[in-house]
Amino acid sequence: MSSNATATVVRTGAGTRFVIYTLLTLFCLYYLLPLYVMVVNSLKPLSEIQAGGMMSLPDQWTVAPWKSAWSTAQIGVEATGLKPFFWNSIVMVVPAVAISTVLGALNGYVLTKWRFRGDTVLFGLLLFGCFIPFQMVLIPMARMLGLAGLAGTVPGLVFVHLVYGIGFSTLYFRNYYQQFPTELVRAAMIDGAGFFTIFRRIMLPSSGPIAVVCVIWQFTNIWNDFLFGASFSDFDSQPMTVALNNLVQSSTGVKEYNVHFAGAIMAALPTLLVYIVAGRYFVRGLMAGSVKG
Amino acid sequence: MGFLDINNATKSYGTVKVLHETNISVEEGEFLVLVGPSGCGKSTLLNMIAGLEEVTSGDIAIKGRSMNGVRPAERNIAMVFQSYALYPNMNVGQNIVFGLEMHGTPKPEREKAMNEVADLLQIKHLLDRKPGQLSGGQRQRVAMGRALVRDPDVFLFDEPLSNLDAKLRVDMRTEIKKLHQKLKTTIVYVTHDQIEALTLSTRIAVMFGGHVQQLGTPKEIYDNPANMFVAGFMGSPSMNLFPARIAVENGRAVAMAGLADGTEATLPFPEGKGFEAHDGREIVLGLRPEAITDRDGADRNSRSVQIVEAHVEVTEPAGSDTFVVTQLGGKEVTGRFRADVDVHAGQSFPFAINMDKAVAFDPETELRIS
Repeated sequence: MSSNATATVVRTGAGTRFVIYTLLTLFCLYYLLPLYVMVVNSLKPLSEIQAGGMMSLPDQWTVAPWKSAWSTAQIGVEATGLKPFFWNSIVMVVPAVAISTVLGALNGYVLTKWRFRGDTVLFGLLLFGCFIPFQMVLIPMARMLGLAGLAGTVPGLVFVHLVYGIGFSTLYFRNYYQQFPTELVRAAMIDGAGFFTIFRRIMLPSSGPIAVVCVIWQFTNIWNDFLFGASFSDFDSQPMTVALNNLVQSSTGVKEYNVHFAGAIMAALPTLLVYIVAGRYFVRGLMAGSVKG
Repeated sequence: MGFLDINNATKSYGTVKVLHETNISVEEGEFLVLVGPSGCGKSTLLNMIAGLEEVTSGDIAIKGRSMNGVRPAERNIAMVFQSYALYPNMNVGQNIVFGLEMHGTPKPEREKAMNEVADLLQIKHLLDRKPGQLSGGQRQRVAMGRALVRDPDVFLFDEPLSNLDAKLRVDMRTEIKKLHQKLKTTIVYVTHDQIEALTLSTRIAVMFGGHVQQLGTPKEIYDNPANMFVAGFMGSPSMNLFPARIAVENGRAVAMAGLADGTEATLPFPEGKGFEAHDGREIVLGLRPEAITDRDGADRNSRSVQIVEAHVEVTEPAGSDTFVVTQLGGKEVTGRFRADVDVHAGQSFPFAINMDKAVAFDPETELRIS
């Protein structure tokens, strides 16, 4: 990896490099500016924001907006803060991500190593499913959830995200497993391993990079989803994104910008965390298969 | 009935028949090599024996039991793959015993079997390593260990040496042969390398175009090829094949073949081969390079060595031998001379042609005339 990286570096002069780094630093600051504004203002009392000077550091540092956003802010009709909705999101995201990743892996395994008549067509249809706009399925999905008795529940949301997620996770795993040597599967068959044993003992242990990609992708998408959350949840099953919207929209008196900023950061934090923890695998996984290591 | 019986087995993909009716009976302890160019159906046949491919029609039986519809795991076979197919996430030891584990062998027995195999193949010091940390030759050994530990009825090898460099390939070849002599197991081995086929096997099946062209011992295949394909494919440098005509002189059959200077060489066949009946017939004559040599290098036991003055076109010293190219019947033919014979391109030189080893083919059917 490292030897590869140095081999692709183009040697440049000090002057060129100075210009490049200056430009990159400027872009970097520009991109980080919104985050700076959010963090700084979430740590100010409201009066300081109202006095203007959005860019300035707080005179008086406070975590009160964070506490308020988490546990006491008015959301909809009740003053519960974002806390219950954060848990709603977690309870929705974790099973949806886990199940769609495992099913995607299983699909990819079948589509590459247990080929059958019409498998390419099936894969094409699954892919097609990825690109159906969300808005199109709202009404049919609402009907389906109603019939299944899942309307307005967290399991209902998990189901919706699962259905949408499988297309992508299958795409990832299928492309990854296509590079996986079929001889290994054959060797395992001769050794006496069955369908699931091969999957568990041979395929999954080698699927680290692509599983990380899949998890990051699914986690980010499902966590950030607003449309399905707003459409298919009841008040007690709303995910974080919907609650954040309600927090910002439903303020009765003054707009508590500092609380809104704090809430927005809270909503973004889990995906940020996932990227920081698994980000380096993300690039590696995306590259896997495209370049021979 | 043999140990492994292939009875009229065929394989088709849709309308394409990749393996035509094949009949091979392998005795216990035999080393059968399936050899042929790529696409000849040899790997397909091996996969059919392994159970990785279904038999389209016909039947494959091991120890008298038909294997149609029997899963690979239940055939009591082991296979060594071209890419070795070592499980990358397991260490060498786990790789070796994976099959035993899948078959429910208790742990103490697995350990014992693993240690025995590791001793046999001298890979004991590698047991804790991952396949990624091994060299090509070591991986090859582990792959063989994984097959050996199962103590199967039949070993299947799918081009196991083709990923190794030339020197290592020769070493491992010897090792496989030694292993076979020691363990006396039944082996079916696929390769496209005819030297591997000749050196390793007790019997060879030469395959081409989905047909077994010839099945026989290495000596039969080498000395008495059934057709021009087998003659050209087996042996290196390959057998010289050139047009000639049968004539009868003084009651003895001879082959007449044109020389570079426009005259014809008269090459008498040994008596008792029955070529007299084919007087006037156009043939393709086959002569191995070692049957075309210098006068002193000729086989002293041969009954019919003919000396022919011919023009030397090219000499290729190869260390142990010198290959000398001349023309016979309008084709370039290569002779194998002793290394220190004083022969030069451009000169005329007496070639000693050993007609004992000559074979004749029909130019139309390409089949052997006898």
